[in-house]
Amino acid sequence: MWIRFKRDRTGVISAFIVLIFFAIAAAAPLIAKAYGKNPYTVYADERPELFDSAGVPIQPNGGISGEFWFGLEPGNGYDVFTKLIYGIRTSLMISIAVTLAVVITGILLGVTAGYVGGKTDYSIGRVIDFLLAFPSQLFFIASMPVVVSLFVSPTDETPTYVRVVALIVVQWVLGWMSLARILRGTTLALREREFIEAAKVSGASPWRIIRREILPNVVTPLLVQSTYLLPNFVTIEAGLSFLGVGIVEPTPDWGQMFSKASTELVLQNDITYMFFPGVSMIIFVVAFNLLGDSVRDAFDPKSAR
Amino acid sequence: MKEDLVLPAPREAAADSAGEPLLQVAGLTKHFPVKGGFPIRRTVGAVQAVDGIDLTVHVGESFGLVGESGCGKSTTGRLITRLMEPTAGTISYRGKDITHASRKQLAPIRSEIQMIFQDPYSSLNPRQTVGKIISGPMEINDIVPEGGREKRVRELLEIVGLNPEHYNRFPHEFSGGQRQRIGVARALALEPKLIVADEPVSALDVSIQAQVVNLLQKVQAELGIAFLFIAHDLAVVRHFSQRVAVMYLGKIIEVGDRESIYTRPRHPYTHALLSAVPEVNLSDETDGGRRERIRLAGDVPSPISPPSGCRFRTRCWKAQDKCAAEEPPLIQISGNHEGHLTACHFPEEPTIEGRDEDIVLDPALAALEEGIEGQ
Repeated sequence: MWIRFKRDRTGVISAFIVLIFFAIAAAAPLIAKAYGKNPYTVYADERPELFDSAGVPIQPNGGISGEFWFGLEPGNGYDVFTKLIYGIRTSLMISIAVTLAVVITGILLGVTAGYVGGKTDYSIGRVIDFLLAFPSQLFFIASMPVVVSLFVSPTDETPTYVRVVALIVVQWVLGWMSLARILRGTTLALREREFIEAAKVSGASPWRIIRREILPNVVTPLLVQSTYLLPNFVTIEAGLSFLGVGIVEPTPDWGQMFSKASTELVLQNDITYMFFPGVSMIIFVVAFNLLGDSVRDAFDPKSAR
Repeated sequence: MKEDLVLPAPREAAADSAGEPLLQVAGLTKHFPVKGGFPIRRTVGAVQAVDGIDLTVHVGESFGLVGESGCGKSTTGRLITRLMEPTAGTISYRGKDITHASRKQLAPIRSEIQMIFQDPYSSLNPRQTVGKIISGPMEINDIVPEGGREKRVRELLEIVGLNPEHYNRFPHEFSGGQRQRIGVARALALEPKLIVADEPVSALDVSIQAQVVNLLQKVQAELGIAFLFIAHDLAVVRHFSQRVAVMYLGKIIEVGDRESIYTRPRHPYTHALLSAVPEVNLSDETDGGRRERIRLAGDVPSPISPPSGCRFRTRCWKAQDKCAAEEPPLIQISGNHEGHLTACHFPEEPTIEGRDEDIVLDPALAALEEGIEGQ
């Protein structure tokens, strides 16, 4: 399996790209330190000579220079490079947390529904149907403020961690169904296999059967699905921040950079601010999806190559 | 040739068989509900897979259960190993009622009743090594044999004729016959007293079948394990079992020792079944003369609504009004050996010799043969 994966050049390259992104995210503070800036410095106050009266960097292309590699944001004048790497960090942390929560829920509910069957299966199945019928994008936008207000009274300033938790919860609640469904189907097929009966004849407990006999056999769909889920959550999170219900300034975030850039695109007809977050996100999502394809191919030799 | 084979006497059988039977099943019934109706789904009927069977397996004995597909053999096996919940009847093991025992109550008995499955490709977990598969039952029952589990697994692999070095391999690295040997090793791991073998060789090709049957026979003789051997292959059962029961549509219609069933059958269905076994006979004038020839017509009736009275009457050439009205009891008919029970109102002669006129109930086959004779 590993050997098959290594033979797949696209898979290896995309795995490298994905790993680089994760490394950047993990090492963001170190990189920022080496670079000598941080994403919270308001350069409009520190270095007013770089900006014109409207708060737009004087130099072309958003003020790209040897000092500010990716330029400066108009307005507060944050450094785009550090903002981007910190933004990737925030986005990936949230997405990984959501993926983990979704995988755990998916295993618990999916495998339980598939193995126990009967009424349990029926009720879990209906819950899945119900949640899948939700217009999820709309529901994300609508429920984010609601979830936030559960933790903080509307009059207070919302702390960042509350927004992060709310983002995770909302995506988790509406994100686990597809995985649970796939695992339920796989478990349903496994349940009828004779090795499960063999374990029962030896007196194995249902818990042991699920843990030792079923779980190792659902690893393949689980891994494949998770590699598809994670980039999906990255884009959803970016979308929410773009729409202003996710992470807000001054916390750096991938999606929120788009919303900033889009206003600039309209105001100044300058595409620079869209360029860096846009290109990096396209590379990340495409690489991750290609990686998902390769993982599936490596696990399932029967799929046509 | 098969008659030449001498079965070695099981080790424990002599000592124990005088006592109570190992496994006793009485009136065992399994009905699967059939749901239907709209808009409210309710039970509209039942598939009577097993309908009140009695059987007894003694210590160290090999008991064969034969019948055509769908007659309830496998369901019986799964009921006895308690993979399914019986609808009615009792199963007692060594005098202890286990019909509805829970998993915890069954725990001490689990190690004594094991099962060998039909399909060696689905009975082994593809994600576990052979060592893990075989030591699994020991782990579940918290048994640590002398010298550790791994040593025991290697011993077991040797017993079933595999290389102990295969301990760390995965099932997909083995052929069907080898996989079935692994299944046998797993069943032996707990040193059971009874093994339910559910068509253990029907998924294997003929040359491997013989090897596995011989292995099971060796195991049975050397370890004194009782077998409930479920199969549709009459020759294999004859080779393996001391006593044989014939099932038809959820009921046992004839039971007896091997010789009685195979050479002195009384039930018309047993006659038909035996006559359906193809025979390799190159010369026409062999000793014992021609075998009788019976060809049945039609299919087994649906187990959802089995025929009244005798279940075989719809395909029987001797059926009369009595057969529809009254269900024949499973009794010893005069002229039968001790323990040879038959459920029939109008039993056949206890012979399998050829008869004056062949019984060909299939109209298509009859017409075909008439045409050949007419030419």
